[in-house]
Amino acid sequence: MNPADMMQYVPQALDYVRILPEIVLALFGMVVMVLDPLLPEERNQRVLGGIALAGGLAAMVATLITANSPGLAFWDVIQVDAFSSFFHFLVATVAVVVILSSYEYMQVQEIRAGEYYALILFGAVGMSLMSSATELVLIFIALEISSISTYILAGFRRRSAMSSEASLKYFLLGSFATAFFLYGIAMMFGATGSTSIRVISQALRAGNTPVLAYVAVALMFVGLGFKVASAPFHIWTPDVYEGSPAPVVGFMSTAPKAAVFAVLLRIFFQANAPGRLWLIWVSAALSMTLGNVGALVQTNVKRLLAYSSIAHAGYLLVAFAALPANGIPAAMFYTASYAAMNVGAFAVVSHFASRGERYVTLEDYSGLGRRSPLLAATLTIFLLSLIGIPITGGFFAKFYVFSAALQANLTGLVIIGVINSAVGAYYYLRIIVMMYMREPKEDTPLAPVPVALGTALAISVFATLYLGILPNSVLAYAARSAADLLR
Amino acid sequence: MNSPTLDSAILSLVTFIPLAGALLLLLFPRRDRDIRVFALVVSLLAFVLSLHLPVHYDRAQAGFQFELNQPWISTPHIHYHLGADGISLWLVVLTTFLTPLCVLISWKSIHERVKEFFILLLILETALIGVFVSLDLFLFYFFWEATLIPMALLIGMYGHERRVYAAVKFFLYTMIASVFMLAAILWLYAKTGTFDLLAIESAIRNGQVTGFATAAPWLFLGFFVAFAVKVPLFPVHTWLPDAHVEAPTAGSVLLAGVLLKMGTYGMLRFNLGLFPEQSRQNASWIAVLALIGIIYGALVAMVQPNMKKLIAYSSISHLGFVVLGIFSFTQAGLDGATYVMLAHGVSTGALFMLAGILYERRHTYEISEFGGLATPMPAYATFFLFIVLASVGLPLLNGFIGEFLVLSGAFQARAVWGILGASGVIWSACYLLWMYQRVFFGKVRHSVNESLPDLLAREKAALWPAAAAALIMGVAPLLWLNAIDPAVQSALAPFAQLSKLVGR
Repeated sequence: MNPADMMQYVPQALDYVRILPEIVLALFGMVVMVLDPLLPEERNQRVLGGIALAGGLAAMVATLITANSPGLAFWDVIQVDAFSSFFHFLVATVAVVVILSSYEYMQVQEIRAGEYYALILFGAVGMSLMSSATELVLIFIALEISSISTYILAGFRRRSAMSSEASLKYFLLGSFATAFFLYGIAMMFGATGSTSIRVISQALRAGNTPVLAYVAVALMFVGLGFKVASAPFHIWTPDVYEGSPAPVVGFMSTAPKAAVFAVLLRIFFQANAPGRLWLIWVSAALSMTLGNVGALVQTNVKRLLAYSSIAHAGYLLVAFAALPANGIPAAMFYTASYAAMNVGAFAVVSHFASRGERYVTLEDYSGLGRRSPLLAATLTIFLLSLIGIPITGGFFAKFYVFSAALQANLTGLVIIGVINSAVGAYYYLRIIVMMYMREPKEDTPLAPVPVALGTALAISVFATLYLGILPNSVLAYAARSAADLLR
Repeated sequence: MNSPTLDSAILSLVTFIPLAGALLLLLFPRRDRDIRVFALVVSLLAFVLSLHLPVHYDRAQAGFQFELNQPWISTPHIHYHLGADGISLWLVVLTTFLTPLCVLISWKSIHERVKEFFILLLILETALIGVFVSLDLFLFYFFWEATLIPMALLIGMYGHERRVYAAVKFFLYTMIASVFMLAAILWLYAKTGTFDLLAIESAIRNGQVTGFATAAPWLFLGFFVAFAVKVPLFPVHTWLPDAHVEAPTAGSVLLAGVLLKMGTYGMLRFNLGLFPEQSRQNASWIAVLALIGIIYGALVAMVQPNMKKLIAYSSISHLGFVVLGIFSFTQAGLDGATYVMLAHGVSTGALFMLAGILYERRHTYEISEFGGLATPMPAYATFFLFIVLASVGLPLLNGFIGEFLVLSGAFQARAVWGILGASGVIWSACYLLWMYQRVFFGKVRHSVNESLPDLLAREKAALWPAAAAALIMGVAPLLWLNAIDPAVQSALAPFAQLSKLVGR
């Protein structure tokens, strides 16, 4: 082989620029791991947290740099475009907010472990990679990086049996689901002769669709549906969310979900997967209904928010059943606003939970409005957004999703969705009623909100309201990304 | 003075000054006195600014003035479109007039979580004004829903024993009903591509909306259900007595004074404006419901042992007049309906304040707990009598003008409506005067009442403006009607055409 031919197997500088956020996150994660044993134990939490925070912020900056050089990298397995940048930025922001809200939590829970922050960063590497990968095998690897990090993070309250249960349950069921995804990739290879989304797209567009492709899409959907907690693959969600540390739930209910939704968008729309409509229709309708009905009877706030996240996965899936031109931006907008409000809600939950996560039932929240007016008001904003009240991100998220579905003549699905939103209002309001209209059980004032958590909450509130008052810029960006994706 | 920039900005200023005040209050330290003073200043500022509207409103010109139309969100096409006509401008002034009085009346009765209370009150004021000045259906819907949360919290946080039940009931009733309105709004948006009220109105009139003929009856109902629950019209009125009895005084004042008018305003603006034909077709059963409301509300009020509940049921009766006037489709009827809205806001607001003043002293609303109060509390008794007479509809006071106009409009439309409606006037005299007699006349029957203190200066400051307004509205109705009249005429314009078509 002559040297000129060899050159084509050597990555170019631009290739590395296009995975800059992943490189940055991984490097910072490694620094955290290396420094962890070197620092004195009482100091390392703050230092390592700070490094991780810097890593998250650096990843946000790196995303902006990468976004300026769109294109393919590493022999076409990576595609950097507006679409991937959108999700990169989202994942990095969520990571930053979660790191900020973990700071105090880790101290209060007396969890000493530097690898906690490293795992968040490594998880973010996987999630970022998922949104820019256009090769199914790479997507699988990225999915595993992200999943394994979250499996471990779920078990971080080591003294609690529930946390270990959550971790183990998540790991066993998650591995099982990933196997389905892998099996689907194999089938897709059999059907089209490739694992590259671009080639698959051409093959599926070219002639009549082989039956195997339908099977492949269904199997992949099982694997990914599990990760986003959509029905009927949602059974694990309440237990895992209840047992895992609260900031981790905030993380794993938003960032990996966003990344998996990005993968779903690529598979369904970019690869032009067959049999999309009915698969999505059934799963969306089931998720919305089971999620909301399940949430109605919960007495534990973390479980309640777990069921609510199932319901929101359902609303989001409605966008996948719509036409690509409206559906993709609607889904992206929903992902962003859901991330903002949910990560914020869990930040409040993690502060309020106190040592050993003692205060997590609905009863515990009674009188919160009296004990900590600011915290209660913040949670109220997130809950109103989860209901979908105007001038919060949640409203426009639902609006865009449902109007995209209406334009695709999915009236039935929209009716199911609207009824579910009305049902959903009830259990979110129950929390608000508890906070403001019930007397507190204990009069002890809450621990003041530390600066880090305050910043995390401020970011979430700002994002929630910004998406609700000025949704234009984000939606326009999402629409541009959709055009990129479909090109 | 009357610069074009101020004219276009005035509605935004009036709407958002209370909100800005609420946000500033967030930063205040918890010194209750400062908070109260600041809330009073902000609400007075909003009132003074809102006076710009009637002063500079061009009465020779029908249609919306002080308009501001800015694109806000491009997908969906939402405009920040505000404007006021002769009807909405008075409702805005009513809101800004009542809010400072609410602040005064809550001065001492709210003594814990004071900061939250005034923040909620000011947010509520912004939302209420927003409802009346929005000319974009989306904006309207937003403000409409936005009134719900602060009101429910006011009831649920500061109310009496069964406050949580009342707050949740209030919230669910109005929330569920307004979902139907949202559906109708979204349908209109899907077909016309705009939320702009005036654009949709003209599109409907010019027959540019495909499928309108089949959908219109349902759209009419979608809007109507949301408004009927708010008014509240019989048989969806059951949330009202609970909400009123449990609400703190300021909550009741704004609930009866302004919130209920959102429903009747909505009927006038949206049901009549967008669906004249369907309004005509549905007028008879709606008028029957209104008449049932007038008579049933009055009869139930008569047997209430609880003073606040009595006033609450009297609201159902009075609001029945408004609905009857609106669906008579006559100039007099609509003028009267608008006038009753304003008069009821002033006098029932004052009645709730008076009831609240008594509650602060005795912690009960039971009429049987009182009697002979005229002896220990002469000033209080005088104010109470004055407001009761205004509410009953004594000529030269505000209640009379509106009810008279409504009834004459109802007679023109259908004589039997007028006759049945007129009986409501008699009923209202019965229950209010009887209540007055039981509370104030005779000997003091409970010894605790003998030493009740009379009105404080602060309470007088809250009652004087209301009493003065009741009198001026009674002797000089033209001050108000000359702005209302042209607005009503343009609201009725499609009906004149319709009558020609139908041949009535």
